[in-house]
Amino acid sequence: MNGNISLLNGMQLTGTWETSARHASGEVVFFTGMTGYQEVLTDPSYAGQIIAFTYPLIGQYGLELDGNESAHIQVAGVLVQTLADHGGRPELKDWLEKEGIPVLSQVDVRALVHVLREEGDQFGVMSHEMESNDPQPLHQLTERVTTTSIVHEGNGEKGHVVCLDFGVKASMVGEIVKRGYRVTSVPYDSPKDVVDALRPDAILVSNGPGDPRDHLGRIEVIRELALSHPTLGICMGHQLLALAFGCNIEKQTYGHRGSNHPVRNVKTNEVWMTSQNHGYVVERTSIEQSPLELLYENVNDHSVEGLVHPNGTIFTTQFHPEASPGPTDAQSVFDRFDEMIQQGVNVYA
Amino acid sequence: MHKKVLVIGSGPIVIGQAAEFDYSGTQACQALREAGCEVVLLNSNPATIMTDPGMADATYIEAMTVQKATAIIEKERPTHLLATVGGQTALNLALDLEEAGVLTTYGVELLGTSLETIRDGEDRERFKQKMELLHEPIPTSTTIESIEELTTFIESTGVPLIVRPAFTLGGTGGGIATTEEEAYKMARRGLEASPISQCLVEKSIAGYKEFEYEVMRDAFGTCIIVCNMENIDPVGVHTGDSVVFAPAQTLSDHMHQTLRSASFRIVSELGVIGGCNIQFAVHPTESEYYVIEVNPRVSRSSALASKATGYPIAKIATRLALGEPLDRCINPVTTNTMASFEPALDYITAKVPCFPFDLFAETDRALGPQMKATGESMAMGKTLEEALQKAWRGAGIEQAPLYPKWMQEATVDVLMKEIEAPTDRRLHACLALLDRELLSGDSLQQITGITPHFIQMLKRLLQMTKQDLTEPSGLLQAKRLGFTDAQIAEIMHVQVADVKTLRESASIQPVYQMIDTCAAEFESQTPYFYGSWHGTSEVEPSGKRKVAIIGAGPIRIGQGIEFDYSSVHAVWALQKLGVETIMINNNPETVSTDFSIADKLYVEPLTSEDVMHVLEAEGCHDILIQFGGQTGIALAHDLEAAGYHLLGASAQTIDQMEDRDRFYQFLDSIEVEHIPGEEVSSQQELNEAVQQLGYPCILRPSYVIGGKGMLLIHTEEQLAAAHPNLAYPILVDQYVPGRELEVDCVTDGETVYVPVILEQIEAAGVHSGDSTMVLPPVETSKSIQEKVESIAKRIGQALDYKGALNIQFVLNEETIYVLEINPRASRTVPIVSKVTGEPLIEWATYAAYGLSLADYVPTSVRPLTNYAVKTPIFSNVKLPGVDPMTGSVMRSTGETLQFSSHPYVPERFTYDALTTRVMTRSQIAFGEGFEHFGDTPLADVTDFQDVAVLFSDATDERELREAAVRNGVHIISSRQLAQYYQMSQSLADNQVQSLQSIQMKEGVAK
Repeated sequence: MNGNISLLNGMQLTGTWETSARHASGEVVFFTGMTGYQEVLTDPSYAGQIIAFTYPLIGQYGLELDGNESAHIQVAGVLVQTLADHGGRPELKDWLEKEGIPVLSQVDVRALVHVLREEGDQFGVMSHEMESNDPQPLHQLTERVTTTSIVHEGNGEKGHVVCLDFGVKASMVGEIVKRGYRVTSVPYDSPKDVVDALRPDAILVSNGPGDPRDHLGRIEVIRELALSHPTLGICMGHQLLALAFGCNIEKQTYGHRGSNHPVRNVKTNEVWMTSQNHGYVVERTSIEQSPLELLYENVNDHSVEGLVHPNGTIFTTQFHPEASPGPTDAQSVFDRFDEMIQQGVNVYA
Repeated sequence: MHKKVLVIGSGPIVIGQAAEFDYSGTQACQALREAGCEVVLLNSNPATIMTDPGMADATYIEAMTVQKATAIIEKERPTHLLATVGGQTALNLALDLEEAGVLTTYGVELLGTSLETIRDGEDRERFKQKMELLHEPIPTSTTIESIEELTTFIESTGVPLIVRPAFTLGGTGGGIATTEEEAYKMARRGLEASPISQCLVEKSIAGYKEFEYEVMRDAFGTCIIVCNMENIDPVGVHTGDSVVFAPAQTLSDHMHQTLRSASFRIVSELGVIGGCNIQFAVHPTESEYYVIEVNPRVSRSSALASKATGYPIAKIATRLALGEPLDRCINPVTTNTMASFEPALDYITAKVPCFPFDLFAETDRALGPQMKATGESMAMGKTLEEALQKAWRGAGIEQAPLYPKWMQEATVDVLMKEIEAPTDRRLHACLALLDRELLSGDSLQQITGITPHFIQMLKRLLQMTKQDLTEPSGLLQAKRLGFTDAQIAEIMHVQVADVKTLRESASIQPVYQMIDTCAAEFESQTPYFYGSWHGTSEVEPSGKRKVAIIGAGPIRIGQGIEFDYSSVHAVWALQKLGVETIMINNNPETVSTDFSIADKLYVEPLTSEDVMHVLEAEGCHDILIQFGGQTGIALAHDLEAAGYHLLGASAQTIDQMEDRDRFYQFLDSIEVEHIPGEEVSSQQELNEAVQQLGYPCILRPSYVIGGKGMLLIHTEEQLAAAHPNLAYPILVDQYVPGRELEVDCVTDGETVYVPVILEQIEAAGVHSGDSTMVLPPVETSKSIQEKVESIAKRIGQALDYKGALNIQFVLNEETIYVLEINPRASRTVPIVSKVTGEPLIEWATYAAYGLSLADYVPTSVRPLTNYAVKTPIFSNVKLPGVDPMTGSVMRSTGETLQFSSHPYVPERFTYDALTTRVMTRSQIAFGEGFEHFGDTPLADVTDFQDVAVLFSDATDERELREAAVRNGVHIISSRQLAQYYQMSQSLADNQVQSLQSIQMKEGVAK
């Protein structure tokens, strides 16, 4: 064995060090999906986290040309049972090496899950046996993943959506572009007048890494934009909108990260399997203190999965309707966003 | 509203329809009763747990015909019908009932998926229309009902093409045709095999990767995928014959989601309510896919998916059929999450099929679209290699240093033959070709169409054998790739014990983890475990009294579902005594591998090494092997040598019964007659023995299942012909003509209870598993019966054994010879239990556990008021090249039972796979020596499609028999059976009677 992962609670697991990058530290989280390693590794929401894959293999089907959610691998480190070769090119291992990502294989991920399940997601350090490492917590995660300039995508003529980019996934923008829109991503901390100057027809508040409460300074802008435009908030965006309208946020013991989370639409009783990746959640009892209403709930733990404003032009999802990876059951969320922009359709329907 | 539900089972085991429907049917019955429904069951297979009287309110072990089903409906007046848990047999019967207007007449409503949906899935033309409506890609195809239509298709699309007959089990009659000539031949056969004379012919997409999706859908439209699976073999090999991994290994998330979404569109359009299986073909490199098949019911694959994930598909499907929504059903594994989620696995499951080729040397081993496997072995591991190697050894496949010894010397041509037209040995041939550097991975991949990822896996296994495995890190790696201590010992040329010592000194131990549907994300209580060599063990051995029960493993000819019945009853019996039960079995189809049966369930290969690891982890000392058939018996030596205690049995006793010399000494010592014979260990000894015994004589190896390798020798020429293939020692017995009798009794060494004697109709020499048996006996006098009973008692008392005991006799005039004593449960135990209403396995378990039988069994046997007839069911049509004659080698795959007030039951001929259409045929053909039994001499038969039954046993009529079987003709090759058949023809059919009412009557007779 030539490396280990140490958790804040003192737990240490050994493994085989697979790449030449020698150190990583960050919040340790686990992902339960059995496919989608490429999308997960490049998902900006995982920026700075050490991700443990519960499925014992990654790499078994290689890499796909259009499988990236951002330009680079975002995770700080990878823990897995087996980093497999699939017998063709390109191989995942080579890419992890090239991107300088530390990977520890042969790790007892299930033991890790047991601890995270009981004690919650926690900080950890991956160390090669030849080097001793001090934890280096990553700050300003959002700065790392947000766009540094204003970026335009698509040339659809149905309208113009401005995305407040807290670390948006490529496929989220892609879903909106696909529906005939132009999408402009702006840095998450862009002032309101910068957004207004782009003359948006609608606002997307994106996903992103970290604690939404680090962005309390932004919620007034978000609230104003939402009240004046059709607005969709996803994941971090959902939490920020909830905060903006007076709800509270709490940290989950351990997050929802996987492709099999059942979500019920409380208005229609429709149930979707959804892709999720979050460690914070809207406190359900706090909804009462806001004008928002519950739209989606988690079938298993009844946590808040989505909210709607009575004005019918703001709604949010904690889950990822763009999937990538994961089930595409919830893609109609983007159709509703589309309808909402086009007709001001009430999303209760 | 109170619901009274008629559940239709799947009938006798045939190739393509095995124990998986006992599992799904049992779950369905339980779910219905939990929901407050009254359950009426129809299933002609007596060897099942499902047909236990406690599983339904009224159980009908009757022929699965429209006539019988109508009589049951008339009598029971069910409000609903559940037809989706009994395989193709149940669906076909439901469709027939509807077409006959029975369901409308009696106002019976179908639960779950509608018959219209079933037709959409089954009727090729309708299926095609539905898929076109959804823009789901399907291979260019057309439905044909005549040969002329095939010509048109070939003109436009050409060959290769696939022929798929509609409404048949396991693809009977279908195949891939690479030439036009083949296509015509196959289409003719397929049209005949299909009960609606319809075949789909389609463009061959052989070489595409094949995937299966197990979908659930509730009445409100919520859909989930329980599991997807990937065949290691490309399209062209039936999924039942392929090695399968769950979940799929080589699908990207994008492609997985594409197929998942397609699955949902399909089940939603079809209106499936419950479970559904969808098969896809995916291009090896592009994202192009085709929908191959949709089965709107639970299936073999759904049983595998249930066991691979822990998600009980049949149980939940039944609740959905009753109208419950998925998101309100509790996930029984976690008990704190809902059934509306998709299982996440943190291990890999492999399935390996078992074939009957070793029994029939003459069969073609090539695999194709027509299923040939009789059963399957499942295994989990943390690596692909581990899962595969465990499943391989669980299927009884020789695993020496990865491929069998004979492949080390085999020529390239011989090995290439195994992979070009892939046989069951193709993967091992791949290993041999790679290892001996006769072929590169790339060429292998091109020839076989197996994905590079799986070729890599084979290479990794081979690389492992080149490492130094005596060094701890190498050793650990080898264990993680699924190598046994025995394999490692072979590779390193050391003793197995040395490997074990080395392993223990390096603290390399197996770990057991829970199959929890959620990759440990939620806390689970399910006591369902698999072993691997990675991670932290989650087993907490209890301090309770505990017994491990060894299951029977995959279903094979000669070792069928009856042993699963026995294993499950043994668990229940021990539970009644307050003993903790630990079930070890690796057959994913069965009731015994349902995690809700035993207190703890381990899915592990049934080898002594794997079993002992479990026993060690559980701190379990006591083991029941007698309910696991020959699989359990085979472990006796090793377990005992390692210091474990076999309940009721000992290796010594087993040897005593198997070793002919010792067996005869034993019989002599208690003054019981045995057939003259001996064990010989060379050709010379054999010749001498035969000279002394005279012809005809029987040759047989020891410790075999289903009469494997058994030969009836009539002449010197036959003996000479047999010589080259014999492995010594071998047993040689004089052939004693006469009538065979069989007894299933229970013994504790003092009290021996003999419930009833079974009488074989065919002459001695026909394997008991292939014989028709009547109980109580008809032809055997009272005094002989009493003698048989007294011999059985003497044996039971003299033998150092406690538990279930099976004894086979042959009666020659007034002499009773003992042929065989099996110190284990037998094929006929469930039948005897059902006929007498007596819990034989429960008693056997008590005896084995050390309790006195006198406290349980009746002091005298009460006479039966009914007759019962057990008849064998064959899958000959699936095994081309096998002579469909009954003889010393067992060929049947299942059996059925009929109760009657007289011992002659005509329905027996309605059970075979091609039933309904055969019943309407007019001719009864006869061959040489059967002149009195039919209306058409074999020589006058112009078309076997007009023939219902053929009487034939002449050697030179073999080809005609085989041709007849291909055309669905029922073959009778025994004179005695022919007479029995004639007797039964003139007698009227009986009323339908439920098992409960029969047993009640038998109780009254007491």
